[in-house]
Amino acid sequence: MNQPASAYFLEERHDPTESHTLSVLVQNEPGVLARVIGLFSGRGYNIESLTVSETESQKHLSRITIVTTGTPMVIEQIKHQLDRMVPVYRVVDMTLTGRSIERELAMVKVRGGGDNRVEALRLADAFRARVIDATTESFVFEITGNSAKVSQFIDLMRPIGLVEVSRTGVAAIGRGPEGM
Amino acid sequence: MTDKSHDPNQMTGAAMIVRALIDHGVQHLFGYPGGAVLPIYDEIFQQSEVEHILVRHEQGAGHAAEGYARSTGKPGVVLVTSGPGATNMVTPLTDALMDSIPLVCITGQVPTHLIGNDAFQECDTVGITRPCTKHNWLVRDVNDLAKVLHEAFYVATTGRPGPVVVDVPKDVQFATGTYHPPRKSDVHVSYTPRVKGDASQIRKAVALLAGAKRPVIYSGGGVINSGREASKLLRELVEVTGFPITSTLMGLGAYPATGKNWLGMLGMHGTYESNMAMHDCDVMLCVGARFDDRITGRTDAFSPGSKKIHIDIDPSSINKNIHVDVPIIGDCGNVLGDLLQVFKAEAKKPDIKAWWQEIAVWRARNSLAYRKNSEVILPQYAIERLFEATRGHDTYITTEVGQHQMWAAQFFGFEEPHRWMTSGGLGTMGYGLPAALGVQVAHRDSLVIDIAGDASVQMTMQEMSTAVQFELPIKIFILNNQYMGMVRQWQQLLHGNRLSHSYSEALPDFVKLADAFGCVGLQAIKPGDLDGALKEMISIKRPVLFDCRVAALENCFPMIPSGKAHNEMLLPAEATDEATAAAFAGGKALV
Repeated sequence: MNQPASAYFLEERHDPTESHTLSVLVQNEPGVLARVIGLFSGRGYNIESLTVSETESQKHLSRITIVTTGTPMVIEQIKHQLDRMVPVYRVVDMTLTGRSIERELAMVKVRGGGDNRVEALRLADAFRARVIDATTESFVFEITGNSAKVSQFIDLMRPIGLVEVSRTGVAAIGRGPEGM
Repeated sequence: MTDKSHDPNQMTGAAMIVRALIDHGVQHLFGYPGGAVLPIYDEIFQQSEVEHILVRHEQGAGHAAEGYARSTGKPGVVLVTSGPGATNMVTPLTDALMDSIPLVCITGQVPTHLIGNDAFQECDTVGITRPCTKHNWLVRDVNDLAKVLHEAFYVATTGRPGPVVVDVPKDVQFATGTYHPPRKSDVHVSYTPRVKGDASQIRKAVALLAGAKRPVIYSGGGVINSGREASKLLRELVEVTGFPITSTLMGLGAYPATGKNWLGMLGMHGTYESNMAMHDCDVMLCVGARFDDRITGRTDAFSPGSKKIHIDIDPSSINKNIHVDVPIIGDCGNVLGDLLQVFKAEAKKPDIKAWWQEIAVWRARNSLAYRKNSEVILPQYAIERLFEATRGHDTYITTEVGQHQMWAAQFFGFEEPHRWMTSGGLGTMGYGLPAALGVQVAHRDSLVIDIAGDASVQMTMQEMSTAVQFELPIKIFILNNQYMGMVRQWQQLLHGNRLSHSYSEALPDFVKLADAFGCVGLQAIKPGDLDGALKEMISIKRPVLFDCRVAALENCFPMIPSGKAHNEMLLPAEATDEATAAAFAGGKALV
């Protein structure tokens, strides 16, 4: 094996990576998000999307939804590293449970006139996007769905006159009567 | 309204801190005063239950507390001021995190209304120390302080131990609030470390162990952290199974070096027999170690034919570097107890005579051999003589980081846990001297020796002054080769012998330096002088700085070369220039 002179083992491994959605229930206290994000940056993990908000204010609980990619070994590591943090209650791998619903909300601003306006409204209708702001030369659409659907809608708006997009990132929840 | 003026639990934040220390049984505190902790120092002045050890640099306080913690099993406690006081603690905090040492560090902070203002001696302490602590807190309300302090001690000492920081703004120290003694509800309900191992996993492990033909036990610092009982159980397990045992740098002493099943340390500078046993084994039992890269060498060639059992309290240590077959999450001592019980009830000692014969062949290679020299002191010889000289004494050893550390690990025999304090994970040069102070504070009448290198020791040299002030008779035994030996060794082996900045041109005269500090300076230059000087060092009841001049160009072997597997070790007898160059192929040719 040819590796540069080092007493570290330098060979990179290129195992296939997977995308996983993790739901993390945390104590809502100062710095908790910084801890989670710092873990990802400090250990070189990926964050594709991150959504966080307080979900039970009485119990000071927040729910963080993280979409991350990595090899199966890295995904396992991420879950264990999150789980051992003091303010973390539970980590659930929504992808592994296979019974989860993922949704994302986007607001999409489109500018144009004439046929493009009609086309934009027609596509919005097909995607069940709502008009939440309108001027004589623009619309803002609100669209909710899984990430692929949202991305597809945005791509279709591009030739029509896409100005800007604001996406919330993924929120996920399990199907059926049980909570996490 | 009730009159609170006579309520004994009404007190200032500063008083709460001292009270909490007392309630947690803290007898010694390492620290350095400054503007943002003056109210706490004022409280310390007015009591006598907690003894404060004044260091010369906050890093020294941190390492001293680590030494204290490692040698006693109790948490080490540190008090430093805001800004530079806190940033100087970053190295010991990281060191303690890597080696799982329980530290409680209290930092002063600027008053709450000035936070974020770039005030004098302000820094974002919780932000800076977040990645180098197990957990940290900024306390903004004096009524939260008692709860946070109690939780801090709990988090630091339970589960996988580690350092914590409690950042207390100065106005919170002055403010009056209600204190309460430690209680269960002080801790986050989300923090629930697992102590007891899963019974079915333990059964699987016993089945594997009972059927092993070529087993090895690989133990680590977790056994030491788990307490003396864990070491006792480990010894019993070795006795009951008859298995060979090796250990990481951090785990030395859990099994005695004179034990008949001892293979020596494993890893990059471990013995040939331990690394070969790891490579060729069919069942590996890892207890409280974490498959660190200095242990595994190249991971894809690590112990290819074995089933691996891993006992660890931290689930994130499992399958991090090496895939294991039977993970058992729990405290080492607890799991070992259960495992032993099941083994004794259901299994009998496997016949592994053939395996021991194989090991005997590897042992016969005598991988720690070195050529004797009557002209210059060889560093290995120096450690051997030091070990001999300390026999019969109640000895604790600390080290700095580098060649001397590896030689100490190879040639000093540890019979008991908690006797060996070294910076393993972070590899902090400058750890050993202040750590020795901490050990000596906890064990006033013991012989505490910092085995040092000439380069490392200069990093925290100022703590000699602390040793003198607090009458801590530590012995600093410097293997002086005038080089940063390990850096030079890598430059020789891996960078074409271009010795870039690894030679110290202008070393201090250590004997005079000792004198200047008010310590005793000793020196040995010839092998014949060594024993007498060592005897003198041990007999002196004051701090001693021992300048042991050793062969300048000696290198540390055996060694697993770059990107190689355990069965490709380079032994000292074979470490000729040509063989070394070949072993490190891919590196530059040796000159």
